[in-house]
Amino acid sequence: MVEIALETRNITKIFPETVANKDISFKLKKGEIHALLGENGAGKTTLMNILYGIYMPTSGEIFINDQKVIIRSPLDAIKLGIGMIHQHFMLVETLSVLENIILGLKEYGFVINKKTVKEKLKEIESLYSLQTDPNVKVWQTTVGEQQRIEIIKVLFRGANILILDEPTAVLTPQETQSLFKILKKMKDDGKSIIFITHKLEEVMQIADIITVLRRGKVVKTLPKYKTTKSELAQLMVGEAQDCNYLRKKRETNEIILSINKLIVYSDKGTKSLKGIDLDVKRGEILGIAGISGNGQKELVQTIAGLKKVAEGKIIFNGLDITNKHPRFISRLGINYIPADRLAMGVAPNLSGIDNAIMRRYYRFPLSKNGVMNYIKALAYTKMMAKAYKIKLDNPFAPIKLLSGGNMQKLILAREILENPKLLIASYPTRGLDIASTQFFRQKLIEIANKGKAVILLSEDLDEILSLSDRIAVMYEGSIVGILKAEKADKNTIGLMMTGAST
Amino acid sequence: MVHHSVYISLLANTIKAGTILLFPTIGEIFAERAGILNLGIEGMMLIGAFIGFIVSYTTHNPYLGFAAGVIAGGIASLIHAFISITLRGNQIVSGLALTIFGGGFTTFYGQKWINMTLNNTLPTLKLPILSEILYIGPIFFSQDLVVYLSYITVFVMWFILYKTTIGLNLRAVGENAKAANAMGINVYKVRYIWTFFGGLLAGAGGAYLTTSYAPFWLDGITAGRGWIAIALVIFAMWDPLKALFGAYLFGGINALQFQLQALGTTIPSAILNMLPYIGTFIVITISSIIVKTRHVRPPRELGIPYIREEK
Repeated sequence: MVEIALETRNITKIFPETVANKDISFKLKKGEIHALLGENGAGKTTLMNILYGIYMPTSGEIFINDQKVIIRSPLDAIKLGIGMIHQHFMLVETLSVLENIILGLKEYGFVINKKTVKEKLKEIESLYSLQTDPNVKVWQTTVGEQQRIEIIKVLFRGANILILDEPTAVLTPQETQSLFKILKKMKDDGKSIIFITHKLEEVMQIADIITVLRRGKVVKTLPKYKTTKSELAQLMVGEAQDCNYLRKKRETNEIILSINKLIVYSDKGTKSLKGIDLDVKRGEILGIAGISGNGQKELVQTIAGLKKVAEGKIIFNGLDITNKHPRFISRLGINYIPADRLAMGVAPNLSGIDNAIMRRYYRFPLSKNGVMNYIKALAYTKMMAKAYKIKLDNPFAPIKLLSGGNMQKLILAREILENPKLLIASYPTRGLDIASTQFFRQKLIEIANKGKAVILLSEDLDEILSLSDRIAVMYEGSIVGILKAEKADKNTIGLMMTGAST
Repeated sequence: MVHHSVYISLLANTIKAGTILLFPTIGEIFAERAGILNLGIEGMMLIGAFIGFIVSYTTHNPYLGFAAGVIAGGIASLIHAFISITLRGNQIVSGLALTIFGGGFTTFYGQKWINMTLNNTLPTLKLPILSEILYIGPIFFSQDLVVYLSYITVFVMWFILYKTTIGLNLRAVGENAKAANAMGINVYKVRYIWTFFGGLLAGAGGAYLTTSYAPFWLDGITAGRGWIAIALVIFAMWDPLKALFGAYLFGGINALQFQLQALGTTIPSAILNMLPYIGTFIVITISSIIVKTRHVRPPRELGIPYIREEK
């Protein structure tokens, strides 16, 4: 007989304006990887936050090992053997890895007994082949390492039920594979894993049982061997998807943007771009691949005028835009979609309208002699929300109340509506559901088809491969190679991203 | 010719004057490490100084007075804790209100105490052996009990901050309260405890002023020392050991100013009185530059209220 590690019965969570979860019941068996599949806003994260004691359910019951439990706080969850690896890592960057791992634990003494901690760490590391250096500070580690630290943290507390919220969103293909190896090992050890994702490929690779959520409700629970990708996709979105983009190849050799021997220093004073040469042609989508922190962000920020050029030149349509003011550059037709939407993409406390008109509030007709016309601004915002399917129920409410996906759609729509000659899109579809991802990818292609250009940054190699004409791979502040899309494959790019020469 | 004993008494006074600043600086370092900015130090010091003074005066026991001042400072800090932690109010406004409240409270109730003087201040206790050391002894170890307590406080608090689980929880709460909560730490409890601790130490600084350094009552007797303590927190880069040096540096400026006046210098006293504040400007400018280049920064969630359920 198989035991049930965790069960929910009719969990409902109602937020002031929305029903996030409605009558959710599912069972997690011991030694099972259970995928929770659903689009953005399907209620996956809400459900997990209920299991981890961050939210209290409006109604419904939770059972652990057939015992009814009430989880009021993360501390309760930890005591019940539940460990959660959040989508946004819960690490204190200024503390060391070791300090993060024992944070909140009491059994290592008033004066921290580092020796015992390190011994236990060694055990876990060798058991699951998870390597870390306990003495470095978290801010010095890579994203992949940070995820390993999160996993160690959870194992360190003796968790038997692990919840992973979109764990592969920030990983390279190689890192994803090693994560999957670790998860399989944990499963063999009898641990139960809930794997939240919207990536079908990963579900098919790792899950035993799949529960599909849509609009806060369970659509279906089914074992992996009885289903297919297309069936799952259909369950998720409620309709069949087709993935063919209308790309018209246009061979032009007209250079729209030319970068010469660009050198840029980081805030810490080190060289983040070490002499970049790059041309962007009219009518193309140029993908830039690389593990985060290898200069991609600095490169696009410099083009957008947000970083100071130390040496080198940037020429746009024959005009020198080196170290020009960001607004000057954007008015020339270079628009920039930043990677970090909360920090740079929106002003979180301003309304939907204010954020929607950010690129044009100072221009006629939204502004006349310095006085803004909010009636026209509202109309413009409503038009944007309708055309780009943004769920903006109250355009006057602070934008931070929107879901991440909707916020991202608004940023994309705002920049695309400026009709850019060159669109720089950093992680444009991060956090978007399948339908909106396709919608915006199509938009990027339309921009290129119209004879304009797109620079595309993404950690999702599939996205870069399916959209780009050429792919530039960056490593440690240099471009290590530029490949034609038809000659590129995931493995080659993955290797180039790690600095291996080709 | 000035005898070297003048320098020794100057330095011994430096320690005393520095102690007044050291306590509140340490207290504020810990409150800020937990994410709570308390600009009410000046107010809490005034309350501590006043309660310390009247209790010493009426009981004739300066130790009792000092203890009463410490507790009074702690109680005053709870106002700020309630507003900024429970009600999630603006910490700058709340802190400033506390400073104004402390000033008003002590002005109102202090009227009849003005210019009264304590007969018995904290007695000097020469430590055996240690006080015999040449130069060091008379400067550091011929002081009163509270000064010795301040030495212990610095080292114990440094140890707690960096070597214990309590300190780890505290640092995590000030840097990333959400992560701390996810690891089962009660953010509100940690913030209350350390805000209260900051109040106790601000009270201690004030009470030490009136039970030892300036044993009389004047309206606004702390004269901006609470604000200097806030500047010293930045100077110390949120580290208790560096706070020790900062506090003694400013204690030195204070002591020097009195010594020069006592020696009958021709510099106008108004200029001398300005010295500590000019010193504050200089120190803050220099330390801000250092903070910038060394990438030391304030606790990341300093001044940001923590809300458990965000949606």
